[in-house]
Amino acid sequence: MTFASVPWLELAVAVPLVGALCLSRSRDALSASRWCLGFLGAGLVCAVAAWGGFMGGLTADGTSPFDALPLLFGRNVFAIDALSAPLVPLLALLHFLTALATARTKMSRFSFAWLLAGSALRVAVFACKMPWDLGVLLVLATLPPYFELRRRGRPTRVYVIHMALFVGLLVAGLVADGTAAAVLLMGAVLVRSGTVPVHVWVTDLFENCSFGTALLVVTPITGMYAALRLVLPSQPPEWVLQGIGGVSLFTAVYAAGMAVVQTDARRFFAFLFLSHASLVLVGLELHTAISLTGALALWGSVIVSLGGFGLTLRAIEARFGRLTLSEFRGLYAASPSLAVCFLLTGLASVGFPGMSGFVATELLVDGAVVASPIVGLAVLVAAALNGVAVMRAYFALFTGDRYTPRVPLGITLRERGAVLALTALIFAGGFFPQAYIASRHQAAEATLEDRGAEKPAH
Amino acid sequence: MPDLAQLATLTGLVALATPMALVAVLGLPSLVGRPLSERATGRACRWFIALGFLATLAVFVLMLATGDRHVVVNLGNWVSIPDAHGGHPKYHFAVKFEFDRLSVPLALLSFSLCGTIGAFAVKYLHREPGYNRFFVLFSVFLAGMVMAALADTIETLFAGWELVGLSSALLVAFFHERPAPSRNGLRVWIVYRVSDAALLFAAVALHHVTGEGDFDQLMGAEPWPYGRAALPELQALGIGLLLLLAAAGKSALVPFSGWLPRAMEGPTPSSAVFYGALSVHLGAFLLLRLSPLITVSVWLALAVVALGLTTAVYAYLAGTVQTDIKSALSFASLTQVGIIVAEIGLGHWVPFLWYVALAHLLGHACLRTLQFLRAPTLLQDYRNLENAIGDRLPRAPGPLAAAPGRLRTRLYRFALERGYLDTFLNDFVARPFVLVFRWFDRLENTWTAFLNGTREPAPPAPPPAGDPKPVAELAEHRS
Repeated sequence: MTFASVPWLELAVAVPLVGALCLSRSRDALSASRWCLGFLGAGLVCAVAAWGGFMGGLTADGTSPFDALPLLFGRNVFAIDALSAPLVPLLALLHFLTALATARTKMSRFSFAWLLAGSALRVAVFACKMPWDLGVLLVLATLPPYFELRRRGRPTRVYVIHMALFVGLLVAGLVADGTAAAVLLMGAVLVRSGTVPVHVWVTDLFENCSFGTALLVVTPITGMYAALRLVLPSQPPEWVLQGIGGVSLFTAVYAAGMAVVQTDARRFFAFLFLSHASLVLVGLELHTAISLTGALALWGSVIVSLGGFGLTLRAIEARFGRLTLSEFRGLYAASPSLAVCFLLTGLASVGFPGMSGFVATELLVDGAVVASPIVGLAVLVAAALNGVAVMRAYFALFTGDRYTPRVPLGITLRERGAVLALTALIFAGGFFPQAYIASRHQAAEATLEDRGAEKPAH
Repeated sequence: MPDLAQLATLTGLVALATPMALVAVLGLPSLVGRPLSERATGRACRWFIALGFLATLAVFVLMLATGDRHVVVNLGNWVSIPDAHGGHPKYHFAVKFEFDRLSVPLALLSFSLCGTIGAFAVKYLHREPGYNRFFVLFSVFLAGMVMAALADTIETLFAGWELVGLSSALLVAFFHERPAPSRNGLRVWIVYRVSDAALLFAAVALHHVTGEGDFDQLMGAEPWPYGRAALPELQALGIGLLLLLAAAGKSALVPFSGWLPRAMEGPTPSSAVFYGALSVHLGAFLLLRLSPLITVSVWLALAVVALGLTTAVYAYLAGTVQTDIKSALSFASLTQVGIIVAEIGLGHWVPFLWYVALAHLLGHACLRTLQFLRAPTLLQDYRNLENAIGDRLPRAPGPLAAAPGRLRTRLYRFALERGYLDTFLNDFVARPFVLVFRWFDRLENTWTAFLNGTREPAPPAPPPAGDPKPVAELAEHRS
């Protein structure tokens, strides 16, 4: 058996799924955490192997002759291409690091079985290209947060209403043909991406779900993936993409403005994420090769940087409870490492030089200015406001006072491992961006080829 | 054996690498939780800055020896997206630096002032809890200044510009345990973000108009300051105004001047080197670097002169009534920066004035650094003298006293209120922004509560025990 004949991609989905079944009856949180890490680590290895096989040219699309699902369905369900190849290991890594950085005090309230199930579903979504298969997986991926909300006794109606709308539009779009299909699918994408005014489910999720779950549900920007796989191939008319772009642009600025004035840390993070997700979607509408490359690059950067930012915020929450940004907390002296991680990941998300999002933001602005100076200006305004929001949160949480803990509250070894891994990725992407940008450009070119001719520059 | 030109390039590379290496040497151990000791930090600063200074000086000497006034260190394309047809790349981010008669003096100034301040700060901040943090930020600032000074593309300049901005804002908030430095750090950061956005927009626009972000492409074959941008006047005016906005934010020109005295919350060494001497001149340096644009557009030149003179007059008036030495020095600094900017604008008619502006900038930076460093001991000397004579030292009446009755009152009021600039930005920019988005926030909470079937939105989280210090609103209430 050679490397290429191992069904790495299926294993990347199957291993966490098996883990979820194994841990579903577990009552010992510490043991569940360890097993969860094992399963997610194995899933991560498989995902990296699938990506490596694809990048090294060992496999054409990540599939293998020993794949099991073709025996059931008569066709391949999972396959990767230039677009999804780096996203699959990135998602697996994010889940692994989330499990790794879960504080012991929170283990009993955090369901590792659902984390594994969610990981399997989300990796499956990003490893799936066929519209109906993807549709089914997208629908299934909406379930774990619902069950968690129920389990925690939190209100579910906002989530259910929005997800029902998403599922309804998705299914109707998959059934319909032509322009109607494109419009319906566009609607589904906008709901899933949390564009204004159908975005409140994101803030509601962050307020009512566990931070880890909410982070993993939203950070991958599944709506962007759905747009690329479902909306673009259906050859939508120009105004459909302009609709996505226009609404996304408004959302990017609006959410950035909201992030600046938030007094609750979770809502702040939710709006910060919404702004970034919308900026990624903006690149879709501009659909020149440069802007799409920028959007795709920013997508990966957002997963890494906002993932790390969220994990840092979650680690701080684990020590100090729900955080408000309306008064100074002065936590720097208690947790300097967390402060540094918070700042690094936050700045990376807003495209600071030397970090992963810098070139991506440049590319996006470059493409936006070509399309229209107003669009470029709006993208810059959103980026500037996001920068203000991140720094305001940093100052509120870590400075202005001195918090003197009675017990040591510094970063733990596991947390440090998680954030250092993300920091390494952030700086690697910042200092050596060529390979990543080239791969994103390749994906952008392939996407545009699928869609037809590139929109000429104005 | 490399020839002199190659040697100059290699030496230039060393000058560029040393600040980056200093960031790595000080920053990486901190990142893994093992910061360097005070002694090791001091040594690293001393040696790396000395090496950078000597390397820059060597380039300067080699330039004189070879007669070459334009040494380029081209590190190639950091990112390049090739065209499918093998033509000009669709996108490229060139990392290119140049040593010329404008960049070398500023780089030398950056190294020498940072070296002086570094040596001063090693003693000044001895056993201060944030010692390591200060020097990490200090190294980031130096790297940003050197990168911005030596940049040969506007993108590279932008990267340095942002590094300077971040380190400055964090140093203003250096004293973490008090709320005022944090509020002022945030204020500085907000102005810098506006400035950064304007510069990035200008960079992208310049890239599209000229096809390149390289300064030598923009300025043609002529070395600074004799280049002339090959741009239509209208485009030069548009891009120039964006650059002027960026410079206004960075150099605290009107209407952004309010952040400069606030920046004095930081420790004296950083106030001296950053806000009094180096970063406050970065906006003027940007205008000098892109002076070929000013050559093209007379309206741009007039705007630059007007902004410079307005700032100079404003800062002079505000500076006359300051009651603390750092604020007085900061406004004195701003007056000179305003004059430097006006000189740059006047260079449209008399290009020699660009040399004057450069010399003015260098001389002023050195003088002001020394004044800032001398300030604490000067106050001590005053105190000793007053103790000795048992009375206040006699003081000459300020220049505003010479103004006639009602005008004098108005001028005093204008000066005491710092030209109402902060009030204007608070009332007409920040407060409406906060009010609008707070209203949206309440609306969203109500809508979420309605969808969830609860009548009222979730109550706000209870304040923590003790005496919470409220975070600054973007629109602060004036006390």
